Amino acid sequence: MTLIEGRTGSWEVVIGLEVHAQVVSNAKLFSGASTAFGAEPNTQVSLVDAAMPGMLPVINERAVEQAVRTGLGLKAEINLRSVFDRKNYFYPDLPQGYQISQYLQPIVGKGEIVLDLPEGTTRTVGITRLHLEQDAGKSIHDRDPHKTYVDLNRSGVALMEIVSEPDLRSAEEAAVYLAKLRSILRYLGTCDGNMEEGSLRCDANVSVRKPGGPLNTRCEIKNLNSIRFLRQAIDYEARRQIVLIEDGGKVVQETRLFDSRKGETRSMRSKEFAHDYRYFPDPDLLPLELDPDWVERIKATLPELPDQKKARFQAQYGISPEVADVLVAEREHAEFFEEGAKGHDAKAIANWITGDLFGALHRTGKSIAEAPIKAQSLGRLVDLISDGTISGRIAKDVFDVMFDTGREATDIIAERGLKQVTDTGAIEAVVDQVLAANPKQAEQFRSGDQKVVGWLVGQVMKASGGKANPKLVNEILRKKAGA
Amino acid sequence: MSELTSLRIAEARDLLEKRQISSHELTAAHIAAMEQARALNAYLVETPERALKDADASDMRRKKGETGLMDGIPVGIKDLFCTEGVETTAGSRILKGFRPPYESTVTANLFKNGAVMLGKTNMDEFAMGSSNETSAFGPVENPWRREGDNRPLVPGGSSGGSAAAVAARIAMGATASDTGGSIRQPAAFCGIVGLKPTYGRCSRWGMVAFASSLDQAGPMARSVRDSAIMLRAMAGFDPRDSTSADLPVPDFEAAVGRDVKGLRIGIPREYRVDGMPAEIEALWKKGCDWLTAQGATAVEISLPHTKYALPTYYIVAPAEASSNLARYDGVRYGLRKDGETLEEMYENTRGQGFGAEVRRRILIGTYVLSAGYYDAYYLKAQRVRALIARDFAQAFENVDAILAPTTPSDAFAIGDKADDPIAMYLNDVFTVPASLAGLPAISVPAGLSAAGLPLGLQVIGKAFDEECVLCIAAVLEAEADFKARP
Repeated sequence: MTLIEGRTGSWEVVIGLEVHAQVVSNAKLFSGASTAFGAEPNTQVSLVDAAMPGMLPVINERAVEQAVRTGLGLKAEINLRSVFDRKNYFYPDLPQGYQISQYLQPIVGKGEIVLDLPEGTTRTVGITRLHLEQDAGKSIHDRDPHKTYVDLNRSGVALMEIVSEPDLRSAEEAAVYLAKLRSILRYLGTCDGNMEEGSLRCDANVSVRKPGGPLNTRCEIKNLNSIRFLRQAIDYEARRQIVLIEDGGKVVQETRLFDSRKGETRSMRSKEFAHDYRYFPDPDLLPLELDPDWVERIKATLPELPDQKKARFQAQYGISPEVADVLVAEREHAEFFEEGAKGHDAKAIANWITGDLFGALHRTGKSIAEAPIKAQSLGRLVDLISDGTISGRIAKDVFDVMFDTGREATDIIAERGLKQVTDTGAIEAVVDQVLAANPKQAEQFRSGDQKVVGWLVGQVMKASGGKANPKLVNEILRKKAGA
Repeated sequence: MSELTSLRIAEARDLLEKRQISSHELTAAHIAAMEQARALNAYLVETPERALKDADASDMRRKKGETGLMDGIPVGIKDLFCTEGVETTAGSRILKGFRPPYESTVTANLFKNGAVMLGKTNMDEFAMGSSNETSAFGPVENPWRREGDNRPLVPGGSSGGSAAAVAARIAMGATASDTGGSIRQPAAFCGIVGLKPTYGRCSRWGMVAFASSLDQAGPMARSVRDSAIMLRAMAGFDPRDSTSADLPVPDFEAAVGRDVKGLRIGIPREYRVDGMPAEIEALWKKGCDWLTAQGATAVEISLPHTKYALPTYYIVAPAEASSNLARYDGVRYGLRKDGETLEEMYENTRGQGFGAEVRRRILIGTYVLSAGYYDAYYLKAQRVRALIARDFAQAFENVDAILAPTTPSDAFAIGDKADDPIAMYLNDVFTVPASLAGLPAISVPAGLSAAGLPLGLQVIGKAFDEECVLCIAAVLEAEADFKARP
């Protein structure tokens, strides 16, 4: 358990997350308008989205299907009957004067997410519910000192609100949870998970307590749009609450905003000023009734999800849980791995991907789809190491050239003469050279001092331009010592 | 000319078909009559140029033999229906000047069937009222007067403009909408036929919303047959309205003239309310006798939760309205009254844009949905509503339709009840139960009160059995032989 040390002892932080995930869909939740990101303001707005008089919502079947798919991916109960409610409040970017959401009867009930924690353990976090709701438009306050501009492009876009149980116990766990949820959504193709474009946003409910003690009052931190901010906000908020309580104060239930520039949370509105949303079932919409066969058909099309894939990778390819975690986090990475592992050393491929390839991708800002090295080419590079054509050292250089040029390893090796020297006679000559050039170390070596072996091997490798087979160098050196 | 405006839709249809009249003549006659009848304030917007253009187009279609169900028939459109490019205010200041860039499904269906729009008819603001006095653009006068009394009377509401226009022969028919009685009550007060179809029969798309779970469009006309013709031209499944019924539209007119022999007519005990005028009770009895004389059987039935209908309605309808009217916020269209802050702008816009009755109902609705009151009011009202619907369902196991008065009185004078909302709400006592249950119901003029004003009888039917309602209504119409004119 991760505890935070305060002045009066240890504290446990209790966190629940509410994640808003924009549904990947052809159209908005209740209108046919497009949902493309980045369009000119107020160009993706239907009469329904603008709440013109007499306009009526009609549920988008595709959005419902996506919510069900997500529920199934979270191993959750699918409620065959759910109800849309109106959440009433006034704001210029909310044209109807209410948000259509699901309050008492959501489309998806209890589910779970398994977290893979850094120390190699797993933890299961409960999902309370998932419901469908409309997004609001965007109010722009900073273009004019007196005016507010409203962009309704986002108005009516379908969101899934995914609520976790208060099962998370640290900022780190919350971050792992959000990353895992994002990964599952992307596997399912139900949300693109793009936090910068606002496709995935998160509210965190945070409270602190003495370990195992009763729950304390919580605060809700709104609209965290990156995993880094989520972590920072929770850490700050937990500290704030601990200091407050230890100084004899009380936590007030309130909504707080995270200021990413200052790295702190601050009060937005307290409970006494909370809206009375006057929820009631939307009379424009009938209860949503799902055919169990339809749900089963969706279930049959679910892809292999990260947890299943991880288990399979470990069993099938013998890779460690940690490496498997890294590989399965993104579906594209896992697919690249499996493609590369076809007919090649899977463990070695996995290490190349999580090491050099991710490093190179990160350095160049490329996604795996844009990687100049194809999976099978990487597989062939690995083969060239295992069959002794090149050394691991040389392979790194070859990899860099492959990444820069997109060429095949064999071509690069041939062109640059990088083929490993396995001719014992040639290596022996170099060994003799090195021993002769370094009489002091040679003497030490011959007298049985093993400490200089590594150094001598290094010298031989250097003298051979890295091309000598290190295994053979070792063997020959040892033979000479025995001699 | 007066002859042309006195024609019924079915008669005009036949004359048009036989080329004895043209739509142009028919429409021009109505336009001329509208000019003479402006004192009634029945129309908020008149569209004579468009009407004549559409009439000419209809005459052209007729030459080609491509006519619809209402081709060339001039009608009024309640201002609740959004009409593309034609000002639509729902009787409210907050929508003054609003020209929708779209056409409601009901009017689009009518126009597809060749109907000619004469203009937009006056109504209670957002359909909230039973007298047309809540219109922001002045009350409508009922074309009828009490014998020996020239005080102007209300036409009923909320479809008061439509009812007055049809009664005054300045429209052959008119669209209307019924939330708690807004078609049937004004039809009764103006001596015409008003048909509220089953909830879901006509699309609500493009109809300014009052209470979504109750609002239903329907026709007003001067005969049962005319309302059958018009309903067929208005109704139909609409994928843009999730509550619209995916059912074929029957030939409603075919039901007119069927006999009622063997039908069982329910007479609900609970509709005999305290203080009901003897003349209403007598008319009801007469209606019952007319039907039994034609071979139907009268059966006393019980609808035990009737007395809760009115309070239930006045919780459910304002609750939905308080939310439906939130969109009139001054931000995107309609009236805006600026303020120093956003809240002030909202307060100014909505305070000045809505009339007193609309504000009252928004307040009631907001209250009954508030945290801590929701269960006691809204939730309980929904449960009672289910019981009221169950009352009807049980009754319909034994009867084919129900006969009741439409209103507890004849038309009252403008101003008489304007300051007493409870007295006003009591007008809906006989119409609200069928609205809560979503059932089809019609009001047929069946006689005159002692003061010489029309009185209506109401037939309530099973869901989507408008045909049975129309067939019984046609028999009542024939027996009553209502010939009086305003």
